[in-house]
Amino acid sequence: MIQRINPTTEARKRVTRVRQQVMVLYLSSSALDSGVVGWAFYDGTGNQRHAPGAQDEPPYRTGLGAMEDGWRLIQASPLVSHIAGQEFRTDYLKYEFFFEKLVQYG
Amino acid sequence: MDKAATGDATKLLNSTQMAEFAARGFVRMDGVVPDDLNRAFLDELGAGEASEPAGQYRLARQSGAVPAVPAGTPLANAYQPDTTVGKIVRLPEVSGAIQSLVGTSPLLDHHFLHMTFPPRFMPGGRATAQHTHQDSTIDPRSAFDVQIMYFPQRVTASMGGTRFIPGSHFRIVSEAAVARYQNIRGQQRVICEPGTMLFMHMGIWHGGGMNESDAVRYMFKIRLAPTERQVRLWDDSDLGNDHFEQRPIFWTGDEARDPIHAILTRPEPWFEADTGRLEYINRIRFWRYLLGDDRFDADYWMTRIENEFL
Repeated sequence: MIQRINPTTEARKRVTRVRQQVMVLYLSSSALDSGVVGWAFYDGTGNQRHAPGAQDEPPYRTGLGAMEDGWRLIQASPLVSHIAGQEFRTDYLKYEFFFEKLVQYG
Repeated sequence: MDKAATGDATKLLNSTQMAEFAARGFVRMDGVVPDDLNRAFLDELGAGEASEPAGQYRLARQSGAVPAVPAGTPLANAYQPDTTVGKIVRLPEVSGAIQSLVGTSPLLDHHFLHMTFPPRFMPGGRATAQHTHQDSTIDPRSAFDVQIMYFPQRVTASMGGTRFIPGSHFRIVSEAAVARYQNIRGQQRVICEPGTMLFMHMGIWHGGGMNESDAVRYMFKIRLAPTERQVRLWDDSDLGNDHFEQRPIFWTGDEARDPIHAILTRPEPWFEADTGRLEYINRIRFWRYLLGDDRFDADYWMTRIENEFL
């Protein structure tokens, strides 16, 4: 008798051993080697909770510094043309970069 | 508040304090409320008597220490002079700051007693922090409301304190849309002596800090709206005669500089390279609004882009 393996279950087990950690850095310009002005962490392993306002010093000096430490850049905010009449309006932090690490879990 | 409600001894803000408010979005007064009023405020609330948050809020509401007041009520009618809160808003420094920012007849938008509970009150025994946000909703006005934050007790570092981002008040955002920003360089937490007050522009980004102590943290917030154009409501007698003059920029010498120009062009640690300059422009426009005079400029930021020929 042939033993049937449920590939879906096996695949799920493999996938669930990896978790995503996300770090968001806000830089002072669109250059990845410019300084960090804001930051956030979200840890998919559940091991670390990062409360708002918990850190006064950034984890890296620049975005490039994060890459050198193994963080993979997965998204960067685009440069957007200024809307006529609203050229001087300021709102959200402008230079947002999402990084990830995939880590073994469990 | 009118003089009938405040007494004669209002102590208006000076021009330096107003410029700090224009540039950074807040004026801080440490220990401005005397201890007897701080103690009375906490005692009347029944502070520390309940064993869980809902009970503490119920006690506070039932105490009447903070009355329920309809939105839009004149401040002069919101708190009777013989009550603790009534005495606090009539203190010379407090009524003077109110008058300097929102005039003699402001309206009460709302008030709220914020209580931040320590871990033993929280599910799972874990303290939480409020996400960063801007109060109310998108608000692109030039006129501004002021939010008074009153801390009746000593706030230690472990109690968390209200977190806020100096200089964020001109950013036109939609309430908790900024919640993703966990930390921003230059963020401050209000760690203070009893009786400390902050007078904040309505646009300041802020959030309640995580209380990891054993004590409940109290903060009473009052939002006030002006009923008049907010022009030179402070004591502007200290403005220099050269306040409208320009100085050398970029290639500079040892020339003296008007301190208000310096305040309006001082960056915050979180300013981006390009939008930091837009924040200078926001401040200069706001200072023009407060002066009621569009001739003002600092470091030529406005004059340069206004040199148009049509």
